[in-house]
Amino acid sequence: MSQFNEAGEQPAILVEGLTKSFGEVHALRGIDLSVPRGTVLGVLGPNGAGKTTAVRILTTLLLPDGGRAVVEGHDVVREAAAVRRSIGLAGQSAAIQEELTGRENLEIIGRLYHLSRPETRRRAIELLEQFGLADAADRTAKTYSGGMQRRLDLAASLVGRPRVLFLDEPTTGLDPRARLGMWDIIRSLVAEGTTLLLTTQYLDEADELADEIVVIDHGLVIAAGTSEELKNRIGGDLIEFTVPDRGRVADAIAAIKPIGEGEPHADAETGVVSVGVGSRGSDALIEAVRALDAADIASHGLALRRPSLDDVFLTLTGHAAEDEQPNGRRRRSHGRRGAGDTDNAKVPS
Amino acid sequence: MTAITDSAWAPGLGYRIRWGISDTLTLTRRSLLVWYRVPAFIFFSVIQPVIFLLLFRYVFGGAILVDISGGYVNFLMPGIIAQTAAFATFGTAIVLAQELKKGVIDRLKSMPIARSAVLTGRLTADTGRMLVTILIMVAVGYLVGFRFLNGFGPAVAMVVLATVFGVAIACISAYTGLAIGDEEAVQSFGLIWLFPLTFLSSAFVPIATMPGWLQAFASHNPVTFVVNAMRAMALGGKLEPTLWPNLWRSAIWLVGIIIVFLPLAVRAYRRAS
Repeated sequence: MSQFNEAGEQPAILVEGLTKSFGEVHALRGIDLSVPRGTVLGVLGPNGAGKTTAVRILTTLLLPDGGRAVVEGHDVVREAAAVRRSIGLAGQSAAIQEELTGRENLEIIGRLYHLSRPETRRRAIELLEQFGLADAADRTAKTYSGGMQRRLDLAASLVGRPRVLFLDEPTTGLDPRARLGMWDIIRSLVAEGTTLLLTTQYLDEADELADEIVVIDHGLVIAAGTSEELKNRIGGDLIEFTVPDRGRVADAIAAIKPIGEGEPHADAETGVVSVGVGSRGSDALIEAVRALDAADIASHGLALRRPSLDDVFLTLTGHAAEDEQPNGRRRRSHGRRGAGDTDNAKVPS
Repeated sequence: MTAITDSAWAPGLGYRIRWGISDTLTLTRRSLLVWYRVPAFIFFSVIQPVIFLLLFRYVFGGAILVDISGGYVNFLMPGIIAQTAAFATFGTAIVLAQELKKGVIDRLKSMPIARSAVLTGRLTADTGRMLVTILIMVAVGYLVGFRFLNGFGPAVAMVVLATVFGVAIACISAYTGLAIGDEEAVQSFGLIWLFPLTFLSSAFVPIATMPGWLQAFASHNPVTFVVNAMRAMALGGKLEPTLWPNLWRSAIWLVGIIIVFLPLAVRAYRRAS
């Protein structure tokens, strides 16, 4: 069974009204996605937003309650076996056999894909070289660093040359250097034409890697578009400053409100105030200085900056992307500029 | 909604069986490679039964009177071997729970491999490991005075029965491991039922020495049937008449356990997340 859109072109992934509940918990409450061939969709959301549930349904690990999902023209429920022949999956942890060497891990996967013995050996060597693991090929995976284990795991998901690759939080728990290495590898895969669905709670990761981004929160898609489109939704560039006298934050908001194109945001605790100013850039900056001076409000760190996806998330959901950390995963600052601020729990004023 | 079939690609039964076996063997080989790399896994599944053997042979054994040729050590060995086979399935439950947690099973389930292969591969490999453990125990038994008294054929039959018993228990353990899905939980209480099951039987002491209420349990315990049959196979002689009554009861129990728990394990595997 094939699904074609109006243009006669079949998206690699098509999701319509997908729902899934676990008892009282509504993990997915009707999401729609469409991922054209050869593109990267970033699925962005905090822990518990429903990202992993969506990936598990798309990779046939979980049956949906309602709606439908089609991968490479095959329905994930009725044609699960055909879907499995088209996809690769790398999850949040390294699903590798630590007691075996990198080469053995890949060769076992190759045999499970029913490649011939010589083809299995060739494919393993090819992937080990591509992922910078050739030197460690015959060491047990236990001796690998966290980043190497993840790369081996990603390599394992590619043994069967999947047309669609699902990466569920591929860099969660990796140190910054290993993350950058992973990004390079993911970019090279995309360059080869693989369709990629990537979930992440790291806003800069979606920004770096994805052509299109959907933001999921509480099981619903709350925004979709390119990184630029999402940033424009909060009113272009931002002016941001800190008010040392917390008692005057409200006055500061009132003073700069006329300058902004959207509602100013303020963090009552840190005294950080920000407002979107569209494309008026430095003109708006001068106006802000004058307005604060006129209201006799002391401020420091006044600056104009490009919005990060953290700002987008804050605007869309009213809470920061990494507020919800039910499983105690460590908090990290991921904004690219002004990231330190966005980690604070800002609330829209 | 139509049935869950694969309309895009419907391979024949022969093809499916062939690749099902191939996938099972690949996954079996994976486990064997792990044990080859880390022989400690085998060592630890032997060390505990050896301690039990020495404990019962030399510490408690002197106080346990049995009317059997060759004395208590000959009474004890079939019981110890049955318990060894049952306890070896700890590994089955723990490894499945581990693989579930680490995402290994997710990875395998998302691949186009036979749906049964993860379980059949696990059970095949664990059966091999169990057999090695049983043979080591027989060898250790010989060192401490145990002797087969009924010839080679029945001795082999005893090892086979112990292994089939282990496979049946492995089905329960596989179900437990997949249903609990947490290594520590499985380790601490998932298989605690194996202790009363194996001790409250004829494995270590004659049932007649137990209080009446315990006898009622022990004499209906499947482990008792299995151990009695194993004992009759190993020792023969005046135990010969006890073979068939115990063997057919064992067979019914073991087939029953496999019929109930293998599908449960398969279902737990399919649902596991």
